[in-house]
Amino acid sequence: MLLTGAEILAHVLIEQGATTVFGYPGGAVLPIYDALYQHQDTIHHYITAHEQGAAHAADGYARATGKVGVVLATSGPGSTNLVTGIATAYMDSIPLVAITGNVGASLIGRDSFQEVYTMGITMPITKHNYFVQDVADLAATLREAFAIANSGRKGPVLIDITKDAQANECEFEPMVSAEKTGAPLAAAAPAGTTAAAPADTTCNQFTPEDITRVAAYLAEAESPLVVFGGGVISSDASQELYDLVHKLEIPSVHTIMGTGALGFDDPFNEGLVGMHGFLSGNWALEYADLVLAIGFRFSDRVALNTQRWAPNAKIVQIDIDRSEVDKNIEVDYALIGDIKDVLAALIPAVEPMKHDAWTAQIHAWRSEQDYLPQNSETVLKPHQIVNAIAELAGEDALIVTDVGQHQMWAAQYCQRTKPRSFLTSGGLGTMGFGYGAALGAQVAVGHKKGSGEKFERPVVHITGDGSFHMNLNEACTAVTYNLPVLTVIFNNSVLGMVRQWQTAFYDGRYSSTTLDRRTDYVKVAEGFGATGYRATNIAEFRTAFDAALRGEGPAWIECVIDRDERVLPMIPAGGTVHDMISD
Amino acid sequence: MTSDIFEADAIAEAPRLQTRHTISLLVNNHFGVLTRVASLFARKGFNIDSLTVSATTNSAISRITVTTFADEQNLQQIISQVDKLVEVRKAVTLDPENSIQRELLLVKLVIDDNLRSTVVDVADAYKAEIVDFTTESMTLEIVGKPVKIDAFLEAIDSYTILEMCRTGVTALEHGDSVLE
Repeated sequence: MLLTGAEILAHVLIEQGATTVFGYPGGAVLPIYDALYQHQDTIHHYITAHEQGAAHAADGYARATGKVGVVLATSGPGSTNLVTGIATAYMDSIPLVAITGNVGASLIGRDSFQEVYTMGITMPITKHNYFVQDVADLAATLREAFAIANSGRKGPVLIDITKDAQANECEFEPMVSAEKTGAPLAAAAPAGTTAAAPADTTCNQFTPEDITRVAAYLAEAESPLVVFGGGVISSDASQELYDLVHKLEIPSVHTIMGTGALGFDDPFNEGLVGMHGFLSGNWALEYADLVLAIGFRFSDRVALNTQRWAPNAKIVQIDIDRSEVDKNIEVDYALIGDIKDVLAALIPAVEPMKHDAWTAQIHAWRSEQDYLPQNSETVLKPHQIVNAIAELAGEDALIVTDVGQHQMWAAQYCQRTKPRSFLTSGGLGTMGFGYGAALGAQVAVGHKKGSGEKFERPVVHITGDGSFHMNLNEACTAVTYNLPVLTVIFNNSVLGMVRQWQTAFYDGRYSSTTLDRRTDYVKVAEGFGATGYRATNIAEFRTAFDAALRGEGPAWIECVIDRDERVLPMIPAGGTVHDMISD
Repeated sequence: MTSDIFEADAIAEAPRLQTRHTISLLVNNHFGVLTRVASLFARKGFNIDSLTVSATTNSAISRITVTTFADEQNLQQIISQVDKLVEVRKAVTLDPENSIQRELLLVKLVIDDNLRSTVVDVADAYKAEIVDFTTESMTLEIVGKPVKIDAFLEAIDSYTILEMCRTGVTALEHGDSVLE
């Protein structure tokens, strides 16, 4: 069938099951938008306020579902506006396909209007990228892009398509949808051209001997500790993690990206570790004789001091990406493969064990030493807000954060029990990530009302006054599509995390962090067509949050908190648990 | 412990032995592939001592030979990072004991009547070829292992070098083994 490049793009999106697209039109993607117009019954396109918001929305959609997120933008500023979003997804290994238009082939390299070398700009922040100038290459390139984004260690892939490659025609061979979406194409596909691929096992490089050896290490260990990260969620291995940890009764700690991979209330989940992790978990790292790192890349926010990290432990790493071995920390043994497959092989190879004394020791550290914030009825305390959100929104809620103090408070107290229910920019630390990501997550989970007229799966966007001001323009997107994202703004009138460091390390010289903005959040919400609330104590917050949960559309709640609230405890960069600050 | 920044200070580590390694890459002969390899080296902080790109028997594949100074751990990082590039089909280090490594040097020296014969002597000793000469200059060509080129440059150190150019290392494994 003879189709234009833009039509081919639409067909491949449908074939790949990628029928939700976030984007922003422009001159160099006019043919693609024309094809989307023709396919609007099948492909749902969401226009955001800004391309960055679209990139974060596609990312949030991918984090919430595990499917590949798709973002579309025009050339020049359209593609440069995607950059922060793509880099955010790259750092957190989120599968994303970014499609950009570029000027026509005859205008390439001539500093044409809205021309930029997108491929060069995005090379270091993508798994791979393509520049398609010939329509004949388009279908295969798009299919390859989806495969690369969603295989091995996942990540973003960008395809830059010249405008003439979108408009030119060529012969198109349809394929049966891998996800059997029931798209019209599936029926028309010729026999033997199915796109359904067998499970990808090419990344599994571990051997039965590796499994036997690691099982032996686990059997010998007296004080073993599991450290799990976002890789467990990427690999959909929460059940396997649960099975291993319970069979071995092995205490576990996690990174911010691992939040929810094991329930917060699991008896073997000792919670967040690292810079703002619990003292008990950080002491456990100090005394462990074996660390089993699962889908955790030894980032500098957890492996703060690479020379003195887990100083008494043999370190065994399970990761899908060989280049993560010995990158930041030299490990003693590594199992390379998809975490789900590695754990499935490891579980039957280990004997049930108990580590009662070791677990009791960690619990003793927890009850005797862990930082315990004080509640208040009169002023809003960050931990009380997060606790109330977790309680009122329930365990099915998705919590999406921006970046800063509120992010850490959210990570500490969010009480997640399921994977993909805590979405945060862990690696890049992108302020302004939250709103776009929350919109993408809301699109992914829909907004059905359940009992008591509350949303079944509310999406709660926790942000700060600094982060929120970066991309609050996306409120218009929430209102336009009636996406009932509940935004909770921790307003301390300062850039709290930077201020906390200025307090600790710069003698309180608050350079450019005292914002004292005069934004009237309730009015701004109303101006956008959303609902605004303001809370100054926990009772007011609970009332407002409950009302927002029962409301119809997007809402936000300004929470006034003290500017000197700090995230505690804290290990300064490069430090160890011995340097931990708790007051 | 650091006292002032969002990143950890570089923590003092015992210096590791950095040696020169030769890495051979088979890459897809696609537009931009050299940029991808060079950009990866740059952003990961790996150095490039020399780099050559050449055709192979397969027109769809090019061979990139990179020499780099690295310790053993860094070398493994380089290989596993480069191997992740979609356009890279194969990434290996070549054992200097088990590979043929060659480089070509062109060097243009200032000469006069007195110097001419001594330059010819040095060139003969190193089997360098005289490829161009005028009354004031002489250009020599030498092909050999990088250490031989280094030694030759040392031998002509007392002369005035007008210009020089080294191709960088190109290398193949000994015997009938083939990188594919």
